[in-house]
Amino acid sequence: MEVKLLSARFDIEDGHKIEVAKKNGAYATLDKLFAMEPGEVIEEVKASGLRGRGGAGFPTGLKWSFLPKGLDKPVYLAVNSDESEPATFKDRYILVKDPHMLIEGIIICCYAINSHDTYIYIRGEYVSQAKALQAAIDEAYAAGYLGEKVAGHDFRLDVTVHRGAGAYVCGEETALLESIEGKKGQPRSKPPFPAVEGLYGCPTIINNVQSIGSLPFILTNGADAYKAHGTEKSPGTHLFGISGLVEKPGMYELPLGLPLMEVIEKVAGGVKGGKKLKGVIPGGSSTPVLLPEEAATTTLDYESMAEHKTMFGSGGIVVLDEDVDIVKLVKNLIDFYHHESCGQCTPCREGLGWMLKIVKKIINGDGTMDDVNLLRELCDNIEMKTVCVLSAACTMPVRSYLDKFRHEFEAYVQ
Amino acid sequence: MSDRSKLIETGTPFQFDPERDAEFERLVTRYPTRESLILPGLWLIQEQEGWVCAEAMAYLADRIGTFASKIYEAATFYTMYNLHPMGEYHICVCRTLSCYLLGKQQIVDYLKEEIGIAPGEISSNGKFSLEEVECLGHCGTAPVVQLNGEFHEDMDVEKMKALLATCK
Repeated sequence: MEVKLLSARFDIEDGHKIEVAKKNGAYATLDKLFAMEPGEVIEEVKASGLRGRGGAGFPTGLKWSFLPKGLDKPVYLAVNSDESEPATFKDRYILVKDPHMLIEGIIICCYAINSHDTYIYIRGEYVSQAKALQAAIDEAYAAGYLGEKVAGHDFRLDVTVHRGAGAYVCGEETALLESIEGKKGQPRSKPPFPAVEGLYGCPTIINNVQSIGSLPFILTNGADAYKAHGTEKSPGTHLFGISGLVEKPGMYELPLGLPLMEVIEKVAGGVKGGKKLKGVIPGGSSTPVLLPEEAATTTLDYESMAEHKTMFGSGGIVVLDEDVDIVKLVKNLIDFYHHESCGQCTPCREGLGWMLKIVKKIINGDGTMDDVNLLRELCDNIEMKTVCVLSAACTMPVRSYLDKFRHEFEAYVQ
Repeated sequence: MSDRSKLIETGTPFQFDPERDAEFERLVTRYPTRESLILPGLWLIQEQEGWVCAEAMAYLADRIGTFASKIYEAATFYTMYNLHPMGEYHICVCRTLSCYLLGKQQIVDYLKEEIGIAPGEISSNGKFSLEEVECLGHCGTAPVVQLNGEFHEDMDVEKMKALLATCK
């Protein structure tokens, strides 16, 4: 089932080194790139149907086309390598195993949007990964792929690695920009959107590592070759992370559109220890959970996820077996989002704290049915009342657990 | 570790060593505003000293040419900046979702028992500090532990025991 478009060089020994990567196709698309007009590159990416692989799934080419024309300001590219959504562990494979694919993608993007300065925002915990990335960037500078004249062309490009320092919220694109500017990571109100007013008040494109990493394949082989994989509306492949109570957890590159349960069973070996399935988190911890009967009819694409009232998210699939205590799992999730709230908006800062207190009370056996109802009510009162979607990333899944596994909450309070 | 408002003074002035100084000056050329050096500057301090003291924050404010309050704001917001000395061996156990599902608690319980400190504490001899942290992005090889920044995957109590034995 695996299709290796992005992970083609992952298994090559020393594939992260520029000489080995080059022998295996890295930077080969640059001649073609510089022979094209930037607008043509944008059209090719639009035609590929590539959607943002960070979680929101916004069409990448369309995002680029939002940049205002004729402005006398620099344009920035910020590559989002914060990868902090629980159950998401895909981008670091690119950083470590094929960083030159990312750098080549950055060159493609920057040429298309006429940007000369890129910041790669990498989460602080990725210590060795940041070092590996920096080493690859140094190699690219030495080889003339970055710097004053990219591959000998009259195009300057500088790439700087900017390390975060332990804040999940900085994966939110405007918090990420604040963090590069040296501030605490508190999201900005939108509009203005970053494409108009982003980093240092200048037009800025923020793309996920995997989105950028998909560009060399698309440009080399054409939009049609990319669209040959996946479904019509969700084309291409994705680096899926499968974890939790499953036999063979790991990162697998798969075309979009495959049946979720077939992937869990055939690719990931099924539920660990042959136990019964209780549920599946389809796209990172913030996506609503699927019951086994729902998972059975879900396919791994944006449309099917939406039909099942959940989200494709980051493609981080978590398998829950029959023994998982849903109430305790919910506590674990609320704990995470409460801890990571930036504190800017009252409904999130205070509301998630209240949710945590209530779920702890329920687990301690002091809860009542009113508390279960209050927890549900809080979800509705917090969601969409904040600057960013961090609070919704908590309330959306919690609501799904409350609605689909209400009996487990009731068992605690009876 | 939970109180991120207290600054500790060492009583001695701070400055970058030559290596960090050079890296700081390289980074100056990479950003259009000097305040963008706040996070990288704090990292350089922590790399050099293991933590960030009050004097180092004042030094960084001077080097950048900004208000000390801006350094303080970033240093206290971002939880990876240590505002006091940590153990010689700093152990972080991921506590989120997949690590939770796959038994991170047994590892935490073992460490509590073995080192005699709870998450958030530093052992009295300064050898160990222990923290439970949020998702570390290694869910496919859960549970995961970071020892002085290095990842150890697919952990269990036996492997943790072996890892502790390397902390001499």
